[in-house]
Amino acid sequence: MAEKIIYMDHAATTYAAKEVVEAMLPYFSEEYGNPSSVYSIGQSNKSILDLARKQVASAINAQPDEIYFTNGGTESDNWALKGVAFANERKGKHIITTAIEHHAILHSCNWLASRGFEITYLPVDKYGMVSPDSVEKAIRPDTILISVMYANNEVGTIQPIAEIGKIARDHGIYFHTDAVQAVGHIPIDVVADNIDLLSLSGHKLYGPKGTGALYIRKGTRIQNFIHGGAQEKKRRAGTENVPGIVGLGSAIERAIKMMPEETKRLTALRDELTRELLKIPATHLNGHPTKRLPNNTNVIFEYIEGESILLFLNMKGICASTGSACNSASLEPSHVLTAMGISHEIAHGSIRLTVGERTTEEDVKFVIAALTETVAKLRAMSPLTPKELKNVQ
Amino acid sequence: MYSEKVMDHFTNPRNVGVIEDANGIGEEGNPSCGDIMKMYLKVENNIIVDAKFQTFGCGAAIASSSMATEMIKGKTLEEAWTLSNKAVAEALDGLPAVKMHCSVLAEETIHKAINDYLVKSGREPWGDGECSSCGHDCDTCEL
Repeated sequence: MAEKIIYMDHAATTYAAKEVVEAMLPYFSEEYGNPSSVYSIGQSNKSILDLARKQVASAINAQPDEIYFTNGGTESDNWALKGVAFANERKGKHIITTAIEHHAILHSCNWLASRGFEITYLPVDKYGMVSPDSVEKAIRPDTILISVMYANNEVGTIQPIAEIGKIARDHGIYFHTDAVQAVGHIPIDVVADNIDLLSLSGHKLYGPKGTGALYIRKGTRIQNFIHGGAQEKKRRAGTENVPGIVGLGSAIERAIKMMPEETKRLTALRDELTRELLKIPATHLNGHPTKRLPNNTNVIFEYIEGESILLFLNMKGICASTGSACNSASLEPSHVLTAMGISHEIAHGSIRLTVGERTTEEDVKFVIAALTETVAKLRAMSPLTPKELKNVQ
Repeated sequence: MYSEKVMDHFTNPRNVGVIEDANGIGEEGNPSCGDIMKMYLKVENNIIVDAKFQTFGCGAAIASSSMATEMIKGKTLEEAWTLSNKAVAEALDGLPAVKMHCSVLAEETIHKAINDYLVKSGREPWGDGECSSCGHDCDTCEL
Protein backbone atom coordinates (compact mmCIF):
# COMPACT_ATOMS: atom_id res chain seq x y z
CA MET A 1 0.00 0.00 0.00
CA ALA A 2 1.14 3.51 -0.76
CA GLU A 3 2.12 5.66 2.21
CA LYS A 4 0.38 8.83 1.12
CA ILE A 5 -3.20 9.12 -0.09
CA ILE A 6 -3.68 11.40 -3.07
CA TYR A 7 -7.38 12.05 -3.08
CA MET A 8 -8.68 12.91 -6.55
CA ASP A 9 -12.34 12.06 -5.98
CA HIS A 10 -13.78 15.22 -4.41
CA ALA A 11 -16.94 14.86 -6.52
CA ALA A 12 -17.66 11.60 -4.69
CA THR A 13 -17.25 13.16 -1.27
CA THR A 14 -15.04 15.62 0.57
CA TYR A 15 -13.36 15.46 3.97
CA ALA A 16 -15.03 17.76 6.48
CA ALA A 17 -12.94 20.90 7.02
CA LYS A 18 -11.29 21.24 10.42
CA GLU A 19 -13.13 24.43 11.31
CA VAL A 20 -16.44 22.83 10.26
CA VAL A 21 -15.88 19.90 12.62
CA GLU A 22 -14.89 22.31 15.40
CA ALA A 23 -18.08 24.30 14.87
CA MET A 24 -20.11 21.09 15.17
CA LEU A 25 -18.45 19.57 18.23
CA PRO A 26 -20.24 21.52 21.02
CA TYR A 27 -23.61 20.39 19.67
CA PHE A 28 -23.13 16.70 20.42
CA SER A 29 -22.73 16.61 24.20
CA GLU A 30 -22.84 20.18 25.53
CA GLU A 31 -25.40 22.12 23.50
CA TYR A 32 -27.58 19.06 23.06
CA GLY A 33 -31.00 20.58 23.71
CA ASN A 34 -33.92 19.80 21.42
CA PRO A 35 -34.74 22.98 19.45
CA SER A 36 -38.45 22.28 20.00
CA SER A 37 -38.12 22.49 23.79
CA VAL A 38 -39.07 25.53 25.85
CA TYR A 39 -36.05 25.67 28.16
CA SER A 40 -33.06 27.75 27.26
CA ILE A 41 -30.67 25.03 26.04
CA GLY A 42 -33.35 24.03 23.54
CA GLN A 43 -34.16 27.58 22.49
CA SER A 44 -30.50 28.47 21.97
CA ASN A 45 -30.27 25.60 19.51
CA LYS A 46 -33.27 26.98 17.70
CA SER A 47 -31.38 30.18 17.11
CA ILE A 48 -28.32 28.26 15.90
CA LEU A 49 -30.59 26.61 13.31
CA ASP A 50 -31.76 30.06 12.24
CA LEU A 51 -28.15 31.08 11.72
CA ALA A 52 -27.42 27.99 9.61
CA ARG A 53 -30.55 28.66 7.57
CA LYS A 54 -29.28 32.18 6.86
CA GLN A 55 -25.86 30.85 5.90
CA VAL A 56 -27.35 28.37 3.43
CA ALA A 57 -29.86 30.90 2.05
CA SER A 58 -27.29 33.60 1.38
CA ALA A 59 -25.07 31.14 -0.51
CA ILE A 60 -27.70 30.86 -3.24
CA ASN A 61 -29.44 34.26 -2.82
CA ALA A 62 -32.57 32.72 -1.24
CA GLN A 63 -34.52 33.81 1.83
CA PRO A 64 -33.86 31.85 5.05
CA ASP A 65 -37.48 30.69 5.27
CA GLU A 66 -37.11 29.09 1.84
CA ILE A 67 -34.46 26.64 3.12
CA TYR A 68 -35.51 23.21 4.43
CA PHE A 69 -32.88 20.97 5.97
CA THR A 70 -32.77 17.36 4.77
CA ASN A 71 -30.33 14.51 5.16
CA GLY A 72 -28.66 15.12 1.80
CA GLY A 73 -28.90 15.54 -1.93
CA THR A 74 -30.78 12.32 -2.59
CA GLU A 75 -33.51 13.17 -0.10
CA SER A 76 -33.81 16.70 -1.48
CA ASP A 77 -34.14 15.35 -5.03
CA ASN A 78 -36.76 12.82 -3.97
CA TRP A 79 -38.76 15.46 -2.13
CA ALA A 80 -38.60 18.00 -4.94
CA LEU A 81 -39.80 15.57 -7.59
CA LYS A 82 -42.37 13.56 -5.66
CA GLY A 83 -43.58 16.55 -3.65
CA VAL A 84 -44.19 18.74 -6.69
CA ALA A 85 -45.58 15.85 -8.77
CA PHE A 86 -48.29 14.90 -6.29
CA ALA A 87 -49.14 18.46 -5.30
CA ASN A 88 -49.75 19.43 -8.92
CA GLU A 89 -51.14 16.26 -10.51
CA ARG A 90 -54.51 17.87 -11.11
CA LYS A 91 -52.82 20.33 -13.43
CA GLY A 92 -50.91 17.64 -15.26
CA LYS A 93 -48.70 14.59 -14.98
CA HIS A 94 -45.85 15.46 -17.31
CA ILE A 95 -42.29 16.03 -16.07
CA ILE A 96 -39.27 17.04 -18.14
CA THR A 97 -35.78 16.00 -17.11
CA THR A 98 -32.55 14.93 -18.81
CA ALA A 99 -30.80 11.68 -19.65
CA ILE A 100 -27.72 12.63 -17.61
CA GLU A 101 -29.25 13.26 -14.19
CA HIS A 102 -28.02 11.61 -11.01
CA HIS A 103 -29.80 8.37 -10.12
CA ALA A 104 -31.58 10.20 -7.28
CA ILE A 105 -33.49 12.02 -10.03
CA LEU A 106 -33.68 9.24 -12.63
CA HIS A 107 -34.89 6.57 -10.23
CA SER A 108 -37.40 8.96 -8.64
CA CYS A 109 -38.69 9.67 -12.14
CA ASN A 110 -38.94 5.95 -12.88
CA TRP A 111 -40.97 5.52 -9.73
CA LEU A 112 -43.22 8.45 -10.63
CA ALA A 113 -43.69 6.89 -14.08
CA SER A 114 -44.92 3.73 -12.37
CA ARG A 115 -47.47 5.97 -10.59
CA GLY A 116 -48.91 7.32 -13.82
CA PHE A 117 -46.64 10.30 -14.46
CA GLU A 118 -45.10 10.79 -17.88
CA ILE A 119 -41.43 11.64 -18.03
CA THR A 120 -39.52 13.17 -20.94
CA TYR A 121 -35.77 12.53 -20.76
CA LEU A 122 -34.04 15.19 -22.85
CA PRO A 123 -30.93 14.21 -24.80
CA VAL A 124 -27.61 16.04 -24.49
CA ASP A 125 -24.97 16.99 -27.04
CA LYS A 126 -21.48 15.49 -27.22
CA TYR A 127 -20.35 17.77 -24.38
CA GLY A 128 -23.15 16.61 -22.09
CA MET A 129 -25.05 19.88 -22.55
CA VAL A 130 -28.84 20.18 -22.63
CA SER A 131 -30.19 22.68 -25.15
CA PRO A 132 -32.70 25.22 -23.76
CA ASP A 133 -34.47 24.92 -27.09
CA SER A 134 -35.12 21.22 -26.50
CA VAL A 135 -36.57 22.07 -23.08
CA GLU A 136 -38.99 24.55 -24.63
CA LYS A 137 -40.02 22.10 -27.35
CA ALA A 138 -40.73 19.37 -24.78
CA ILE A 139 -43.21 21.55 -22.86
CA ARG A 140 -46.85 20.40 -23.07
CA PRO A 141 -50.03 21.83 -21.54
CA ASP A 142 -49.80 19.17 -18.80
CA THR A 143 -46.13 19.77 -17.93
CA ILE A 144 -45.82 20.52 -14.21
CA LEU A 145 -42.09 20.32 -13.55
CA ILE A 146 -38.73 20.70 -15.26
CA SER A 147 -35.71 19.24 -13.48
CA VAL A 148 -32.24 19.84 -14.91
CA MET A 149 -29.05 19.39 -12.93
CA TYR A 150 -26.87 22.47 -12.42
CA ALA A 151 -23.60 20.69 -13.21
CA ASN A 152 -23.02 17.07 -14.06
CA ASN A 153 -21.34 14.91 -11.43
CA GLU A 154 -19.40 12.75 -13.89
CA VAL A 155 -18.22 15.03 -16.67
CA GLY A 156 -18.60 18.39 -14.93
CA THR A 157 -20.55 20.13 -17.69
CA ILE A 158 -22.42 23.20 -16.41
CA GLN A 159 -25.92 23.43 -17.85
CA PRO A 160 -27.55 26.63 -19.23
CA ILE A 161 -29.61 26.98 -16.04
CA ALA A 162 -30.51 30.67 -16.39
CA GLU A 163 -31.93 30.12 -19.88
CA ILE A 164 -33.89 27.05 -18.84
CA GLY A 165 -35.13 28.86 -15.73
CA LYS A 166 -36.45 31.69 -17.84
CA ILE A 167 -38.28 29.29 -20.16
CA ALA A 168 -39.84 27.50 -17.20
CA ARG A 169 -40.95 30.77 -15.58
CA ASP A 170 -42.37 32.11 -18.85
CA HIS A 171 -44.50 28.96 -19.16
CA GLY A 172 -45.51 28.95 -15.49
CA ILE A 173 -43.83 25.57 -14.88
CA TYR A 174 -41.87 24.76 -11.73
CA PHE A 175 -38.12 24.47 -12.22
CA HIS A 176 -35.97 22.25 -10.01
CA THR A 177 -32.20 21.89 -10.22
CA ASP A 178 -30.00 19.29 -8.57
CA ALA A 179 -27.10 21.57 -7.63
CA VAL A 180 -25.25 19.10 -5.41
CA GLN A 181 -22.02 19.40 -7.43
CA ALA A 182 -22.36 23.14 -8.02
CA VAL A 183 -23.16 24.81 -4.69
CA GLY A 184 -20.02 26.11 -3.04
CA HIS A 185 -18.08 25.54 -6.27
CA ILE A 186 -19.61 28.05 -8.69
CA PRO A 187 -21.79 31.12 -8.01
CA ILE A 188 -25.53 30.41 -7.89
CA ASP A 189 -28.41 32.88 -7.72
CA VAL A 190 -31.85 31.28 -7.50
CA VAL A 191 -33.59 34.63 -8.08
CA ALA A 192 -31.66 35.63 -11.18
CA ASP A 193 -31.91 32.08 -12.59
CA ASN A 194 -35.64 31.68 -11.86
CA ILE A 195 -35.09 28.51 -9.85
CA ASP A 196 -38.07 27.29 -7.82
CA LEU A 197 -36.42 24.32 -6.13
CA LEU A 198 -32.75 23.49 -5.60
CA SER A 199 -31.09 20.46 -3.99
CA LEU A 200 -27.77 20.76 -2.18
CA SER A 201 -25.59 18.53 -0.05
CA GLY A 202 -23.10 19.13 2.77
CA HIS A 203 -20.49 16.47 2.06
CA LYS A 204 -19.57 17.82 -1.37
CA LEU A 205 -18.41 21.15 0.07
CA TYR A 206 -16.29 20.07 3.06
CA GLY A 207 -19.30 19.68 5.34
CA PRO A 208 -20.57 16.56 7.10
CA LYS A 209 -22.23 13.60 5.39
CA GLY A 210 -25.92 13.14 6.09
CA THR A 211 -26.67 16.84 5.68
CA GLY A 212 -28.33 18.81 2.91
CA ALA A 213 -31.15 21.15 2.08
CA LEU A 214 -33.93 21.77 -0.35
CA TYR A 215 -34.60 25.36 -1.34
CA ILE A 216 -38.31 25.82 -2.02
CA ARG A 217 -39.24 29.21 -3.41
CA LYS A 218 -42.07 30.83 -1.46
CA GLY A 219 -45.42 29.97 -3.00
CA THR A 220 -44.30 26.71 -4.62
CA ARG A 221 -46.97 24.00 -4.41
CA ILE A 222 -45.27 20.96 -2.91
CA GLN A 223 -46.41 18.20 -0.58
CA ASN A 224 -44.93 17.70 2.86
CA PHE A 225 -42.32 14.96 2.75
CA ILE A 226 -41.87 13.47 6.22
CA HIS A 227 -44.86 13.51 8.55
CA GLY A 228 -44.44 13.92 12.29
CA GLY A 229 -43.65 16.92 14.44
CA ALA A 230 -43.62 20.58 13.53
CA GLN A 231 -39.97 20.74 12.44
CA GLU A 232 -39.20 22.49 9.15
CA LYS A 233 -42.67 24.02 9.22
CA LYS A 234 -44.18 20.49 9.36
CA ARG A 235 -42.90 19.83 5.87
CA ARG A 236 -39.97 17.65 6.85
CA ALA A 237 -40.61 16.40 10.36
CA GLY A 238 -38.11 14.83 12.75
CA THR A 239 -35.82 16.28 15.40
CA GLU A 240 -33.25 18.37 13.60
CA ASN A 241 -29.71 17.07 13.11
CA VAL A 242 -28.35 20.08 15.00
CA PRO A 243 -24.61 19.27 14.79
CA GLY A 244 -25.01 18.39 11.11
CA ILE A 245 -26.96 21.52 10.29
CA VAL A 246 -24.39 23.67 12.10
CA GLY A 247 -21.72 21.91 10.03
CA LEU A 248 -23.62 22.47 6.79
CA GLY A 249 -24.09 26.17 7.54
CA SER A 250 -20.47 26.63 8.52
CA ALA A 251 -19.19 24.67 5.48
CA ILE A 252 -21.32 26.53 2.97
CA GLU A 253 -20.38 29.96 4.34
CA ARG A 254 -16.73 28.95 4.26
CA ALA A 255 -17.01 27.62 0.69
CA ILE A 256 -18.59 30.85 -0.56
CA LYS A 257 -15.88 32.92 1.12
CA MET A 258 -13.10 30.79 -0.36
CA MET A 259 -14.68 30.42 -3.80
CA PRO A 260 -12.94 33.24 -5.74
CA GLU A 261 -9.43 32.11 -4.71
CA GLU A 262 -10.16 28.38 -4.76
CA THR A 263 -11.76 28.55 -8.20
CA LYS A 264 -8.60 30.08 -9.63
CA ARG A 265 -6.33 27.55 -7.95
CA LEU A 266 -8.43 24.50 -8.80
CA THR A 267 -8.98 25.59 -12.38
CA ALA A 268 -5.21 25.84 -12.87
CA LEU A 269 -4.69 22.36 -11.39
CA ARG A 270 -7.56 20.93 -13.43
CA ASP A 271 -6.23 22.46 -16.63
CA GLU A 272 -2.73 21.14 -16.05
CA LEU A 273 -4.10 17.67 -15.38
CA THR A 274 -6.26 17.76 -18.50
CA ARG A 275 -3.58 19.23 -20.74
CA GLU A 276 -0.91 16.72 -19.71
CA LEU A 277 -3.21 13.68 -19.83
CA LEU A 278 -4.37 14.60 -23.32
CA LYS A 279 -0.75 14.27 -24.45
CA ILE A 280 -1.13 10.50 -23.99
CA PRO A 281 -2.12 9.17 -27.45
CA ALA A 282 -5.76 8.07 -28.04
CA THR A 283 -6.97 10.04 -25.02
CA HIS A 284 -10.07 12.25 -25.11
CA LEU A 285 -11.64 14.79 -22.79
CA ASN A 286 -15.22 14.12 -21.67
CA GLY A 287 -17.54 17.03 -21.02
CA HIS A 288 -17.42 20.64 -22.13
CA PRO A 289 -13.89 22.07 -22.56
CA THR A 290 -14.68 25.35 -20.77
CA LYS A 291 -18.21 25.27 -19.33
CA ARG A 292 -17.28 22.76 -16.67
CA LEU A 293 -16.77 22.58 -12.91
CA PRO A 294 -13.41 24.01 -11.82
CA ASN A 295 -12.43 20.73 -10.14
CA ASN A 296 -13.38 18.18 -12.82
CA THR A 297 -11.16 16.36 -15.31
CA ASN A 298 -12.73 13.38 -17.08
CA VAL A 299 -10.84 11.55 -19.80
CA ILE A 300 -11.09 8.39 -21.82
CA PHE A 301 -8.05 6.26 -22.53
CA GLU A 302 -8.86 4.08 -25.50
CA TYR A 303 -8.10 0.31 -25.56
CA ILE A 304 -8.06 -0.16 -21.78
CA GLU A 305 -10.62 -0.53 -19.02
CA GLY A 306 -11.27 1.83 -16.12
CA GLU A 307 -11.36 -0.54 -13.17
CA SER A 308 -7.93 -1.90 -13.94
CA ILE A 309 -6.66 1.69 -14.20
CA LEU A 310 -8.15 2.48 -10.78
CA LEU A 311 -6.56 -0.60 -9.21
CA PHE A 312 -3.11 0.46 -10.37
CA LEU A 313 -3.74 4.04 -9.20
CA ASN A 314 -4.92 2.75 -5.83
CA MET A 315 -1.63 0.93 -5.36
CA LYS A 316 0.06 4.31 -5.67
CA GLY A 317 -2.36 5.81 -3.15
CA ILE A 318 -4.40 7.67 -5.79
CA CYS A 319 -8.20 7.72 -5.42
CA ALA A 320 -10.20 8.28 -8.62
CA SER A 321 -13.36 6.92 -10.23
CA THR A 322 -14.53 5.46 -13.55
CA GLY A 323 -17.64 5.20 -15.70
CA SER A 324 -16.74 1.66 -16.71
CA ALA A 325 -19.31 -1.09 -16.40
CA CYS A 326 -16.69 -3.26 -14.76
CA ASN A 327 -16.93 -0.96 -11.79
CA SER A 328 -20.63 -1.58 -11.34
CA ALA A 329 -22.82 -4.60 -10.73
CA SER A 330 -24.97 -3.72 -13.73
CA LEU A 331 -22.23 -4.33 -16.33
CA GLU A 332 -23.49 -1.20 -18.09
CA PRO A 333 -21.16 1.74 -18.65
CA SER A 334 -22.05 5.21 -17.37
CA HIS A 335 -25.44 6.48 -18.58
CA VAL A 336 -23.94 9.97 -18.80
CA LEU A 337 -21.17 8.97 -21.23
CA THR A 338 -23.50 6.88 -23.38
CA ALA A 339 -26.05 9.76 -23.47
CA MET A 340 -23.22 11.94 -24.83
CA GLY A 341 -22.91 9.53 -27.74
CA ILE A 342 -19.72 7.87 -26.51
CA SER A 343 -19.67 4.22 -27.59
CA HIS A 344 -19.78 1.46 -24.98
CA GLU A 345 -16.39 0.26 -26.18
CA ILE A 346 -14.51 3.37 -25.20
CA ALA A 347 -16.74 4.47 -22.30
CA HIS A 348 -15.11 1.65 -20.31
CA GLY A 349 -11.82 3.51 -20.39
CA SER A 350 -13.09 6.66 -18.68
CA ILE A 351 -11.47 8.10 -15.56
CA ARG A 352 -12.76 11.00 -13.47
CA LEU A 353 -10.30 13.01 -11.41
CA THR A 354 -11.73 15.73 -9.19
CA VAL A 355 -9.29 17.99 -7.38
CA GLY A 356 -9.96 19.79 -4.10
CA GLU A 357 -8.65 21.81 -1.20
CA ARG A 358 -5.80 19.49 -0.27
CA THR A 359 -4.67 18.91 -3.86
CA THR A 360 -1.23 20.33 -4.57
CA GLU A 361 0.68 20.84 -7.77
CA GLU A 362 2.99 17.95 -6.78
CA ASP A 363 -0.07 15.73 -6.46
CA VAL A 364 -1.12 16.64 -9.97
CA LYS A 365 2.34 15.90 -11.35
CA PHE A 366 2.43 12.58 -9.49
CA VAL A 367 -0.97 11.59 -10.87
CA ILE A 368 0.04 12.51 -14.42
CA ALA A 369 3.17 10.34 -14.14
CA ALA A 370 1.26 7.47 -12.52
CA LEU A 371 -1.46 7.52 -15.16
CA THR A 372 1.02 7.72 -18.03
CA GLU A 373 2.78 4.63 -16.69
CA THR A 374 -0.46 2.76 -15.95
CA VAL A 375 -1.96 3.45 -19.35
CA ALA A 376 1.20 2.20 -21.08
CA LYS A 377 1.25 -0.94 -18.93
CA LEU A 378 -2.38 -1.81 -19.60
CA ARG A 379 -2.15 -0.98 -23.28
CA ALA A 380 0.81 -3.32 -23.62
CA MET A 381 -1.51 -6.05 -22.28
CA SER A 382 -4.58 -5.21 -24.36
CA PRO A 383 -5.45 -7.05 -27.57
CA LEU A 384 -7.16 -3.89 -28.83
CA THR A 385 -4.13 -1.62 -28.72
CA PRO A 386 -2.85 -0.85 -32.24
CA LYS A 387 0.80 -1.86 -32.78
CA GLU A 388 2.01 1.73 -33.07
CA LEU A 389 0.71 2.52 -29.57
CA LYS A 390 2.33 -0.41 -27.79
CA ASN A 391 5.23 0.71 -25.65
CA VAL A 392 4.35 4.36 -26.28
CA GLN A 393 4.40 6.45 -23.13
CA MET B 1 -12.85 -6.59 -2.96
CA TYR B 2 -10.20 -8.84 -4.54
CA SER B 3 -8.12 -11.59 -2.93
CA GLU B 4 -4.35 -11.20 -2.63
CA LYS B 5 -3.99 -13.88 -5.32
CA VAL B 6 -6.11 -11.86 -7.74
CA MET B 7 -4.10 -8.72 -7.02
CA ASP B 8 -0.86 -10.67 -7.48
CA HIS B 9 -1.92 -12.01 -10.88
CA PHE B 10 -3.30 -8.60 -11.86
CA THR B 11 -0.21 -6.62 -10.94
CA ASN B 12 2.31 -9.25 -12.08
CA PRO B 13 0.44 -11.11 -14.75
CA ARG B 14 2.11 -14.29 -15.99
CA ASN B 15 2.28 -15.10 -19.69
CA VAL B 16 1.34 -11.69 -21.09
CA GLY B 17 2.03 -11.28 -24.76
CA VAL B 18 1.90 -12.94 -28.13
CA ILE B 19 3.36 -16.25 -29.34
CA GLU B 20 4.52 -15.43 -32.85
CA ASP B 21 4.37 -19.04 -34.05
CA ALA B 22 1.27 -20.01 -32.09
CA ASN B 23 -0.67 -22.87 -33.63
CA GLY B 24 -3.89 -22.21 -31.70
CA ILE B 25 -5.39 -18.75 -31.17
CA GLY B 26 -8.69 -17.95 -29.47
CA GLU B 27 -10.44 -14.66 -28.83
CA GLU B 28 -13.56 -14.21 -26.76
CA GLY B 29 -15.59 -11.36 -25.29
CA ASN B 30 -16.91 -8.12 -26.55
CA PRO B 31 -15.52 -4.65 -25.95
CA SER B 32 -18.98 -3.26 -25.34
CA CYS B 33 -19.18 -5.53 -22.27
CA GLY B 34 -15.79 -4.35 -21.12
CA ASP B 35 -13.76 -7.55 -21.56
CA ILE B 36 -11.84 -9.17 -24.40
CA MET B 37 -9.43 -12.05 -23.98
CA LYS B 38 -7.07 -13.38 -26.61
CA MET B 39 -5.00 -16.51 -26.00
CA TYR B 40 -2.12 -17.98 -27.98
CA LEU B 41 -1.18 -21.65 -27.66
CA LYS B 42 1.88 -23.52 -28.81
CA VAL B 43 0.88 -27.17 -29.02
CA GLU B 44 3.39 -29.99 -29.57
CA ASN B 45 2.48 -33.67 -29.46
CA ASN B 46 -0.95 -32.89 -28.00
CA ILE B 47 0.65 -30.93 -25.15
CA ILE B 48 0.38 -27.18 -24.58
CA VAL B 49 4.04 -26.28 -24.31
CA ASP B 50 3.40 -22.54 -24.10
CA ALA B 51 0.43 -20.21 -23.57
CA LYS B 52 0.23 -16.43 -23.66
CA PHE B 53 -2.58 -13.90 -23.45
CA GLN B 54 -3.67 -10.34 -24.10
CA THR B 55 -6.66 -8.97 -22.22
CA PHE B 56 -8.78 -5.83 -22.29
CA GLY B 57 -10.73 -5.74 -19.08
CA CYS B 58 -10.91 -5.30 -15.35
CA GLY B 59 -8.61 -6.64 -12.67
CA ALA B 60 -10.50 -9.92 -12.48
CA ALA B 61 -10.32 -10.44 -16.25
CA ILE B 62 -6.56 -9.90 -16.31
CA ALA B 63 -5.98 -12.10 -13.25
CA SER B 64 -8.22 -14.86 -14.69
CA SER B 65 -6.27 -14.82 -17.97
CA SER B 66 -2.99 -15.01 -16.10
CA MET B 67 -4.10 -17.87 -13.86
CA ALA B 68 -5.80 -19.81 -16.66
CA THR B 69 -2.71 -19.70 -18.89
CA GLU B 70 -0.61 -20.89 -15.94
CA MET B 71 -3.00 -23.77 -15.34
CA ILE B 72 -2.98 -25.11 -18.90
CA LYS B 73 0.74 -24.94 -19.56
CA GLY B 74 2.21 -28.44 -19.77
CA LYS B 75 -1.25 -30.02 -19.96
CA THR B 76 -2.66 -32.21 -22.72
CA LEU B 77 -5.38 -30.66 -24.85
CA GLU B 78 -7.94 -32.91 -23.18
CA GLU B 79 -6.84 -31.81 -19.71
CA ALA B 80 -6.84 -28.15 -20.71
CA TRP B 81 -10.31 -28.49 -22.21
CA THR B 82 -11.73 -29.65 -18.88
CA LEU B 83 -10.36 -26.65 -16.97
CA SER B 84 -13.52 -25.05 -15.60
CA ASN B 85 -14.13 -21.44 -14.78
CA LYS B 86 -14.73 -22.50 -11.18
CA ALA B 87 -11.28 -24.05 -11.01
CA VAL B 88 -9.75 -20.79 -12.27
CA ALA B 89 -11.74 -18.76 -9.73
CA GLU B 90 -10.80 -21.15 -6.91
CA ALA B 91 -7.14 -20.99 -7.85
CA LEU B 92 -7.44 -17.22 -7.45
CA ASP B 93 -8.90 -17.71 -3.96
CA GLY B 94 -12.30 -16.67 -5.25
CA LEU B 95 -13.77 -13.85 -7.32
CA PRO B 96 -16.58 -11.44 -6.39
CA ALA B 97 -19.95 -12.71 -7.67
CA VAL B 98 -20.22 -9.92 -10.27
CA LYS B 99 -16.80 -10.92 -11.61
CA MET B 100 -17.40 -14.66 -12.08
CA HIS B 101 -18.05 -14.03 -15.77
CA CYS B 102 -14.36 -13.12 -16.11
CA SER B 103 -13.40 -16.71 -15.25
CA VAL B 104 -16.06 -17.96 -17.69
CA LEU B 105 -14.40 -15.82 -20.33
CA ALA B 106 -11.05 -17.49 -19.61
CA GLU B 107 -12.55 -20.97 -19.97
CA GLU B 108 -14.26 -20.03 -23.23
CA THR B 109 -11.13 -18.43 -24.65
CA ILE B 110 -9.14 -21.59 -23.96
CA HIS B 111 -11.83 -23.64 -25.73
CA LYS B 112 -11.66 -21.35 -28.74
CA ALA B 113 -7.87 -21.54 -28.89
CA ILE B 114 -7.90 -25.36 -28.61
CA ASN B 115 -10.54 -25.62 -31.34
CA ASP B 116 -8.53 -23.27 -33.53
CA TYR B 117 -5.58 -25.64 -33.13
CA LEU B 118 -7.74 -28.70 -33.86
CA VAL B 119 -9.24 -27.16 -37.01
CA LYS B 120 -5.84 -25.98 -38.21
CA SER B 121 -4.48 -29.49 -37.79
CA GLY B 122 -7.36 -30.95 -39.77
CA ARG B 123 -9.41 -32.29 -36.86
CA GLU B 124 -13.00 -31.73 -35.78
CA PRO B 125 -13.50 -29.01 -33.15
CA TRP B 126 -14.78 -30.04 -29.72
CA GLY B 127 -18.07 -28.68 -28.39
CA ASP B 128 -19.66 -25.72 -30.08
CA GLY B 129 -18.89 -22.75 -27.86
CA GLU B 130 -22.33 -22.56 -26.38
CA CYS B 131 -23.53 -19.72 -24.20
CA SER B 132 -22.56 -20.14 -20.58
CA SER B 133 -24.61 -17.27 -19.17
CA CYS B 134 -21.78 -14.86 -18.50
CA GLY B 135 -24.14 -12.29 -17.03
CA HIS B 136 -23.64 -9.84 -19.88
CA ASP B 137 -26.37 -8.48 -22.08
CA CYS B 138 -27.08 -11.23 -24.62
CA ASP B 139 -28.12 -8.69 -27.27
CA THR B 140 -24.58 -7.37 -27.53
CA CYS B 141 -22.88 -10.77 -27.25
CA GLU B 142 -21.26 -12.23 -30.33
CA LEU B 143 -21.21 -15.76 -29.03
